Amino acid sequence: MSTTVKTEVGGMEHFHTNPELNYLTNGHSIRSWLLTEDHKRIAMLYLMSVTLFFFIGGLAAAGVRYELMSPAGNLMESETYNKLFTAHGTVMVFLFLLVAIPAVLGNFLIPLMIGARDLAFPRLNLLSWYLYMAAGTCIMLAMLAGGADTGWTFYTPYSSMYSNSNVSLTLLGVFLGGFSSITTGMNFVITIHKMRAPGMTWFRLPLFIWGHYATGVIMLLGTPVVAITLLCVIFERTFQLPIYSPELGGDPVLFQHMFWFYSHPAVYIMILPAFGVISEIMTAFSRKRVFGYHMIAFSSLAIAFLGFLVWGHHMFVSSQSMYQAVIFSLLTFLLAVPSAIKVWNWTATMYKGNVVLSSPMIYGIGFQGLFLVGGLTGPFLASAGNDVHLSATYFVVAHFHYVMVGGSIMGFLAGLHYWWPKMTGRLYNESIAKWNGILVFVGFNLTFFPQFIVGWMGMPRRYHYYYFAPEFTPYHILSTMGSSVLGVGFAVPAFYLLHSLFKGEKAGDNPWNAHGLEWATSSPPPTENFRYKVIVSDDVYDYDPVAEHENDMMAAGGKA
Amino acid sequence: MSHAAHGDEFNVLKFQYEDMDQQNDSYIVGMWTFLVTEVMFFGMLFLTYSFYRANYQNDWFKAHGELSWQLGGINTANLLFSSFLMATAVRQAQLKNRMGVLMRLGGVLACAFVFLGIKYVEYSEKYAHHLFPGPGFAPEVSHFQGANLDHVQLFFGLYFAMTGLHGVHVLVGILVIGALGMMWFKGKKIVTEDYIPTELVGLYWHFVDIVWIFLYPLFYLMPNPSAGSGGGSH
Repeated sequence: MSTTVKTEVGGMEHFHTNPELNYLTNGHSIRSWLLTEDHKRIAMLYLMSVTLFFFIGGLAAAGVRYELMSPAGNLMESETYNKLFTAHGTVMVFLFLLVAIPAVLGNFLIPLMIGARDLAFPRLNLLSWYLYMAAGTCIMLAMLAGGADTGWTFYTPYSSMYSNSNVSLTLLGVFLGGFSSITTGMNFVITIHKMRAPGMTWFRLPLFIWGHYATGVIMLLGTPVVAITLLCVIFERTFQLPIYSPELGGDPVLFQHMFWFYSHPAVYIMILPAFGVISEIMTAFSRKRVFGYHMIAFSSLAIAFLGFLVWGHHMFVSSQSMYQAVIFSLLTFLLAVPSAIKVWNWTATMYKGNVVLSSPMIYGIGFQGLFLVGGLTGPFLASAGNDVHLSATYFVVAHFHYVMVGGSIMGFLAGLHYWWPKMTGRLYNESIAKWNGILVFVGFNLTFFPQFIVGWMGMPRRYHYYYFAPEFTPYHILSTMGSSVLGVGFAVPAFYLLHSLFKGEKAGDNPWNAHGLEWATSSPPPTENFRYKVIVSDDVYDYDPVAEHENDMMAAGGKA
Repeated sequence: MSHAAHGDEFNVLKFQYEDMDQQNDSYIVGMWTFLVTEVMFFGMLFLTYSFYRANYQNDWFKAHGELSWQLGGINTANLLFSSFLMATAVRQAQLKNRMGVLMRLGGVLACAFVFLGIKYVEYSEKYAHHLFPGPGFAPEVSHFQGANLDHVQLFFGLYFAMTGLHGVHVLVGILVIGALGMMWFKGKKIVTEDYIPTELVGLYWHFVDIVWIFLYPLFYLMPNPSAGSGGGSH
């Protein structure tokens, strides 16, 4: 199947590795982990920290859901509730979604997939993890000190002038997290440009790499803008330096422009890597070359480009000129095109493929279903007139959870299941994983689909009671029940994946019989990634279903 | 796990690269990419500036009279000269002339300190005149010819934010150039074998310079918007 040339190569002495060792066993001290420059170890550090923050953000979400079980809002005060949903949003967006797939799977796989020994700047990569941890520490300290109550969007002038909560420390955390993101993005873009193995041309790159390339570009161009914008809010709070002050003639809506100029493309930082993961999984488990490779690759770039031109659709009801709103609305509709191209192409990849319903594929198909609903509810909100009715309701909440949780987290779980054997060298319990994939899908829909309905009926977001409309109660109860199911669905993988580390079967180099350079090296990979010089001479996704089928027939015939 | 070196001949080649060309390319592209992020970083403030200045042209024109165009001008010439020195330092690094590099980097550092010194004089003068925004903002009303003092405060808010952020970049430049000079002084192979590290620091310094080249006319050299000739708005 693979015609990748493998030549033994010298000059590896600097790694001081014994051929028996892999990246996990090459050094056991804490120092060898905390000062590592190995992209695979940094990815594992990220995996542990990202998981921790995910569970903290999840606890906050549980609090929000339990509060909304009854219309009276009798579990907590509105102030506590405000702090809880702010904590949920801040932790999930800045410490989980923006980081999870790129920093864990991207970090681990980009050098492996392009045949490099590491990212272009390994020390910068380590720095990005420390910046991320500093960001997490600031946000956690702010939470322990009482938390912020501005929502994750930090709108001025509430955040800059009125809020008495721990906004500055939270913002400092987000600011530091931004630099972690910038360094990661720089590393990805330059690695993909400069570190590809001989023969790894642009159109032989796996689509996972294209997705991360587009992500890296957004990280580079968007993140600095939000970093300085939030820094200005910190300055306004601490030194009374007026930037957005409305009482002096400053414009607080300017903050919203700057914030969404980053934060809308940031949604694509969360989803483009997931697109990359799904492209890999769809082709590997359909046992055929991905349909429309070039279109999927270019649609990632198109999303990155168009993503920078649509931020105004978050501001249809905030004093924006109606002509501006018309243009932003049109551009937002345009964005549906490249997203649809991807979904069509994945469907066409599965069509007449030899589909294997393994656990990554279950999560991957689940992703497609959820992303489809999330994507198709986008145009409802993109039409400016409709948005006046739906703005700041649970319809919006449901829409972006379908994209960000249904898309990004399902993509993350799919990718984690797909590459877990490569990362750890162990197989997890496949049947539990499959059932859990279905459980997450059901739990997710149970949680968020009722929110579309109740949002359409008029339930506003960020309210901790709804005694004015007791008819919303059944939907909220359904949603809270669903969130319990979803919580179980997110907790179970932690157990079976950890269990596999100790009791799991050895995975072998290529347990899925997939195509790609990362499967050509051992599992777990050695510190230097490849023990031979990589020269690529075959096409990407070079699956041959006919030959595979014939082999299977021969094997079956031989046994009979 | 030390990734120190390949061997003697590849002393400066890092483990992840195949050869020096790949390493140098990555470093140069990396630096330019970093500068792109810096442009976006400053860009947000420049956009805010343009927006407010378009709204409050007359008030800002009256406010800008408080800034000394002479001191700003000296600093502009000073930074331009430092950039010239930096460019020649890179040339000396290509020629592997250690003393030449050290002399010029010393000159750049001197210029950077002069810049911060003048900035210090300017800032303390503004403080003394109660022009720093916030509760202490209490300007001499007669200086502003009836301008809206709230908008004047916005002007000084952005003045301190933008020149302050630029000043932080000068400070970082001093640290980086100092570290580079130290490496040249000690004759570290990583800088003496190849001019690329010197070039990288040079690129950063030119960027710091060019930000000031935009800041100077925007804050110190405003045309009178209500004057009849020379670009007055009607």
